[in-house]
Amino acid sequence: MEHVISVLVENRSGVLARIAGLFSGRGYNIDSLAVAPTQDPGISRMTIVCRGDDRVIEQINKQLNKLIDVVKVQDLTTDEHIERELVLIKVSTTPQTRSEIIQMVNVFRARIIDVDRKTLTVEIVGDTGKTQALIDLLRTYGVRELVRTGRVAITRR
Amino acid sequence: MLGAQIVIDALEREGVEVVFGYPGGAILDVFDHINKSKKIRFILTRHEQGATHMADGYARVTGRPGVVMVTSGPGATNTTTGLATAYMDSVPLVVITGQVPTRVIGNDAFQEADVSGITRPVTKHNYLVSDVADLPRVFKEAFYIANSGRPGPVVIDLPKDVQQATLKDYSYPEKIDVPTYRPVYEGNPKQIKKAVAAIQRASRPLLYCGGGVIRALAHELVLALAERCEIPVTTTLLGLGGFPETHDLSLHMLGMHGTQYANFAMHECDCLIAVGTRFDDRVTGKIDEFAPNCRDNIIHIDIDPASISKNILVSVPIVGDCKLVLEKVLEAIKPCKHPEWLAQVAEWKRQCPLSYKNDGELRPQYVVEKIYEVTRGEAIITTEVGQNQMWAAHYYLYTKPRTFASSGGLGTMGYGFPAALGAQVAHPDKVVVDIAGDGSIQMNIQETATAVMNNLPVIVAILNNGYLGMVRQWQEMFYDHNYSAVDLGRQTDETGTPVDGLPDGVPSYVPDFVRLAESYGALGRRVTKKEEVVPALEWAVQVRRPVFLEFLVTREENVFPMIPAGASVRDIIGGLA
Repeated sequence: MEHVISVLVENRSGVLARIAGLFSGRGYNIDSLAVAPTQDPGISRMTIVCRGDDRVIEQINKQLNKLIDVVKVQDLTTDEHIERELVLIKVSTTPQTRSEIIQMVNVFRARIIDVDRKTLTVEIVGDTGKTQALIDLLRTYGVRELVRTGRVAITRR
Repeated sequence: MLGAQIVIDALEREGVEVVFGYPGGAILDVFDHINKSKKIRFILTRHEQGATHMADGYARVTGRPGVVMVTSGPGATNTTTGLATAYMDSVPLVVITGQVPTRVIGNDAFQEADVSGITRPVTKHNYLVSDVADLPRVFKEAFYIANSGRPGPVVIDLPKDVQQATLKDYSYPEKIDVPTYRPVYEGNPKQIKKAVAAIQRASRPLLYCGGGVIRALAHELVLALAERCEIPVTTTLLGLGGFPETHDLSLHMLGMHGTQYANFAMHECDCLIAVGTRFDDRVTGKIDEFAPNCRDNIIHIDIDPASISKNILVSVPIVGDCKLVLEKVLEAIKPCKHPEWLAQVAEWKRQCPLSYKNDGELRPQYVVEKIYEVTRGEAIITTEVGQNQMWAAHYYLYTKPRTFASSGGLGTMGYGFPAALGAQVAHPDKVVVDIAGDGSIQMNIQETATAVMNNLPVIVAILNNGYLGMVRQWQEMFYDHNYSAVDLGRQTDETGTPVDGLPDGVPSYVPDFVRLAESYGALGRRVTKKEEVVPALEWAVQVRRPVFLEFLVTREENVFPMIPAGASVRDIIGGLA
């Protein structure tokens, strides 16, 4: 099952390598990883989306907690939380398809952030269901490039 | 104060008496001060791996962190096997590595290696110090982290310019607080209550003890619990010495090469009390068939939460220090009797004891048995890895903690000899014996010089069978006798005449350990007959010099009993036993 794990870490050099190394060394899969400082510049938050059965997820939690640089580990999957991901999609266009695409982008409340003779670049922010739906639709026109930040998440309480 | 002086001062304040290591360019500044210290003894080894294992042996027999100091690049990379060994077996080490100056880090400087990167997966924690102002805190933290909670090795990577920098207003921190690292020592009272109830309810309880018992010095409490509630006790390899093997309740070692009765007891018990251990695959064998009668009734006490329910789901997890938890258990638990269970266990012990063919031949098991007798069980034993290690576990009876050092988790050949030297440094008056094979001993044989130059009277008992014996045993049993790359001797015909075309003067096997020992100024003696074993051992014990005893033992002896890898107790191969 997919889990979203939020990890607060000391903002020190080598911490990212330590966390990434833990996942690769123990054979855990990471789907995505987003990291940046929090409101406290000494602390960074990593949002890790990973998959595994209960035992694997429990081990991931425990092993992360063992790392000296880790302040807190929280598995958000079980808590009420909000997820967002930002995706940039460069989609092929022709004079015939351009307005169709723009309409679709508007329906999704996404934004056109760049226009070129043969392409449109779309920015969408949302949860996985929404971003994936738009990506799937745009694929029919030809997606030239896709850049995603990986998911970030925050608890509601 | 200079960074280099701070290092020495920090070591002194941490109570470090001995540092093992090897100098080099990037650590020269610290070496410029270490020989001025009146409190620290520096042991110059002949290889950085040797230094790390020495510190490891020192740490295992004292419970204090072992300290290593080496240079950058190759000096540091040579410590990695020792770090991994210590990491797997939870041994506290502080390893200080020189590093190229901060301004050239990342520029492929001479003797530069990304040591914090390389050592990250094999250390509990590591530091790259980039500011001299961080040094006091880093040292304080390093010793604290290495030697608390589940212990482990910590690396401090120290660039040369940091060693040369001056820190005004230096003071060494008195106290340490690492908010992100707070090991739990006291067990949860509710869980302890559950554990007591489960033990009290059990009709076939079993104690299964690992290295955590020795680390926490919980051995007396294990004994008290075992006696009060009539619970037989089995230990892992690293748990040897955690329970007196001379005691009626001892089932000795369990697992792949454990005794049959320990493994039978594990199979039949209805309540398992696992203390300071981690259900390693060499213990469990096939997970699905492990301990089938107690799977809903396993109590697991360990200081490392990640060790609990990692391989085997347990019903009563207790995170904490083995000693503190067992104290609470003993406060609550009432005596109980299990006459039928003990009778059953005694019957297994009677039916399938450890045994070997005790005939006229010189067999390795006999040698280990005699080492036990001649040292009256009071020696510190270290081992290499392979058959020698298993025979050392079987035929020497350990009764006290911190008297046995062996690379259990990583299985590092070449561990035993330097570990023995480290143990001897810690306990100069004790008899220290490295039980070795002719393969393993050659992996750190250069430390013979360290033994001689520091007058460390370690006895190296080489069980020489001319093979990489454990690998040969697997090839015999599981690879249809296809002996591939295991013969350490020379190619001969049926009459024993060499047919390998090597020039005259090459001994019949290589090396000639007696002459090798003598070339270093150590003593050597070759033993080929059974009746020579005891006199040779008695001589080695009383001579108080580094001694190589080379026992030319039967070549194709196997270690039994054996549960093949990934199999269950049903598949146990008893061998002669």
